[in-house]
Amino acid sequence: MHTKTFVAAAVGLGLITLSACGSSSSGGQSSGDSKTVTLVSHDSWAVSKSVLADFEKQSGYKVRVLKSGDAGQAVNKALLTKDNPQGDVFFGADNTLLSRALDNGLFQAYEAKGADTVQPQFRVDPGKHRVTPIDYGDICVNYDKAYFSKHKLTPPQSFDDLVKPAYKNLLVTENASTSSPGLGFLLGSAAKYGDGGWQGYWKKLKANGVKVVDGWEQAYNQEFSGSAGGKKAKADRPLVVSYASSPPAEVVFADPRPSTAPTGVSYGTCFRQIEYAGLLSNAKNTKGGKAFIDFLLGKEFQQDMPLNMFVYPVVEGAKVPKEFTEYGPAAKDPEAMAPTKIAANRDQWVKSWTSLVLK
Amino acid sequence: MGLPVAFFALFFAWPVAAIVARGLRADGTWHLGRIADVVARSDIRHVLWFTTWQALASTALTLLIALPGAYVFARFDFPGRQVLRAVVTVPFVLPTVVVGTAFLALVGRGGLLDELWGVRLDTTVWAILLAHVFFNYAVVVRTVGGLWGQLDPRQEEAARMLGASRLRAWRTVTLPALGPAVAAAALMVFLFTFTSFGVVQILGGPTFSTLEVEIYRQTSEIFDLSTAAVLTIVQFVAVGAILAVHAWTVRRRESALRLVDAGGTARRPRGAGQWALLAGVLATVAVLLLLPLAVLVQRSLGGSDFGYYRALTKDDDTFLVPPIEAIGNSLQYALAATAIAVVIGALAAAALARRDAGRLVRGFDALLMLPLGVSAVTVGFGFLIALDRPPLDLRSSWILVPLAQALVGAPFVVRTMLPVLRAVDARLREAAAVLGASPWRVWREVDLPLVRRALLVAAGFAFAVSLGEFGATVFIARPNNPTLPVAVARLLGRPGDLNYGQAMALSTILMVVCAVALLVLERLRTDRNGEF
Repeated sequence: MHTKTFVAAAVGLGLITLSACGSSSSGGQSSGDSKTVTLVSHDSWAVSKSVLADFEKQSGYKVRVLKSGDAGQAVNKALLTKDNPQGDVFFGADNTLLSRALDNGLFQAYEAKGADTVQPQFRVDPGKHRVTPIDYGDICVNYDKAYFSKHKLTPPQSFDDLVKPAYKNLLVTENASTSSPGLGFLLGSAAKYGDGGWQGYWKKLKANGVKVVDGWEQAYNQEFSGSAGGKKAKADRPLVVSYASSPPAEVVFADPRPSTAPTGVSYGTCFRQIEYAGLLSNAKNTKGGKAFIDFLLGKEFQQDMPLNMFVYPVVEGAKVPKEFTEYGPAAKDPEAMAPTKIAANRDQWVKSWTSLVLK
Repeated sequence: MGLPVAFFALFFAWPVAAIVARGLRADGTWHLGRIADVVARSDIRHVLWFTTWQALASTALTLLIALPGAYVFARFDFPGRQVLRAVVTVPFVLPTVVVGTAFLALVGRGGLLDELWGVRLDTTVWAILLAHVFFNYAVVVRTVGGLWGQLDPRQEEAARMLGASRLRAWRTVTLPALGPAVAAAALMVFLFTFTSFGVVQILGGPTFSTLEVEIYRQTSEIFDLSTAAVLTIVQFVAVGAILAVHAWTVRRRESALRLVDAGGTARRPRGAGQWALLAGVLATVAVLLLLPLAVLVQRSLGGSDFGYYRALTKDDDTFLVPPIEAIGNSLQYALAATAIAVVIGALAAAALARRDAGRLVRGFDALLMLPLGVSAVTVGFGFLIALDRPPLDLRSSWILVPLAQALVGAPFVVRTMLPVLRAVDARLREAAAVLGASPWRVWREVDLPLVRRALLVAAGFAFAVSLGEFGATVFIARPNNPTLPVAVARLLGRPGDLNYGQAMALSTILMVVCAVALLVLERLRTDRNGEF
């Protein structure tokens, strides 16, 4: 009977599927296994296969990676599971989230080998060493070169420029309460104009026609006329809040590669973001976790990072690929803010920003 | 009955209760006063109001546009009917990230409406409503159309022969029979639009916020678990109330229907009116459903010589595997999820359909639908703190993906099967039992032949939902075996032409895989009835 054949086939297929999934994942099941070190990170984590293989060969540990959503989500999940963590090392808490992680006791102390090679301006948590800085990036306004040359207009260079009439209705940014570049841009303006001045700045920005969308993907791929996605979507905003490293990405991820980047960076609008890694409290494999943090600070990983995660290395003397030096060097004088100050003001600022800009 | 109850208790009720308790309990005491505080906030009330009215409007608009479609697909025979019925289901299963992008090409700047009439709907509520129609069209066509096709047209003809007007015959014969199915479809559409997340975020912009978006924000970004817990309770109560009302109305309208094979009820359209109806439905489908999908395909073809597709087969350090392997991962997960959902859902539906089912069992009917109305982020965070001890430390196990997907798939199985199961004439079962058949044999000989069509439709739905599921899947996402929607989202999260193109190419592949899966099911059900 047809029905029986069908049921038998379905059951058989199901069993094959189950066993196939089972065998492919049985390798790294037990995170307590002293041969396995488990990294918990956000979705942007990336590393070259060969570099990770080198670590596995030299240290004898197998690396298991759990990606856990965007940076905020990943930190929150790690906090929820603090007593019984999913892994040994957490990578990806940035300076906007760091205090939340430290105040809640997410990490245990470990001073990484090579901590003395980190450029001094990135070091935090002196004496305690609960986290290790791994990389940094700059959130900056990007501009569409073609638009500005076509309209014979100089691209804006600073926060002040963005409120000038010449740039009316050109900028798109992200919702500061749901998007990390959106928050970075808000914090940049707060660092620039001070606790009392940033609201006035945003009033002018709003009057000058800034558009706010919910996330980076929409802003960059759908509204920004300079990006690959934006061109296809006939986007009409030539200014977007993104990263200093976005122009190199437009070159690297193009086939054939263009001779120059189609987009540029307004360096006077940058906010610096630093990402940290730490050994999780209650980690089951502390030894492996420590070895992995050492690896993150090693030259091989530091030099591999830029083209994988589009961030800059923090250790002294790490080489940055030519695409970065040519199309998207880090900002020389970015706005910055201490994690404690961010933690103290963040929620209040986002709240007043929301009622000021979105309502 | 025991298995479905245990399944939902363990993988739904417990995790949700755990995360809600985490938000409302501190230092061993409950802080229920928080509920009143949060609900009294004017911004929260604004969210509640918007959530409700946009869901009502979306449901009404979807029914208005999709019911003629359900009729046409059920009653008219035309070339390409099966392919089209499979294709209209595709939007329902594609991740909103992808389709939002495509939908903007229709209603956004430089989109079709803009070029024809200079109308731009992005960041207006109209974009949200239309996108909801786009996503939920298939729910109505499949749920209502599925039953419509099996109604015996001779009953309506008999009424007309006895002197009833066409309208009256339809109103007194067909409409009451369809009632439960229409209510079920409306309920599902309402649930999906009430808990809408991606569509509202992408097309509405940051000024529109539904409860679901707010729960996500409070949990994931602000980490205010107590506010999130209150909002979860509010959403839970609202959804529960709607489901209770629905269960009540459905029971009132239940009646044994005469079901026939759908193959015999469809015929070629006759007369100008029917041809016009067919043309109108096909035009709607083309503009509202096919066009946005076509944009995806078009954007995936950029570059030279299928460059985006070829790039998918190369090793990629973001995933540590070529992105193309996501297809295999997705199919494996979806098959496992479908198997679980069909077993759980069919058992539950069978228990619910019994005439002697008590009040308690019938109450379970409404409870089964709750997973569709609770936010994925709540369930996901609940998994993290509830299923974290052996033997149930499932947080990093692959099985969590199909389990979470089955949670969403099982209500579809129940919803699709229940109206048909309830419509089976109880006297058939009684006759079989009197003649000495065992309960299992009664089910196999009486119920199964009548419901297998519904079972396959249900399985197809569960499979398709699992393929496109995103919210729960990202939680356990392992970098070396991402599913298609996860891979698409990661590619879209990086700048550059090749990443964008690959995301479009993978979306196109996901679309084709879904369409093929649905087509196979369409074929399966006709093959087994020997009508094709």
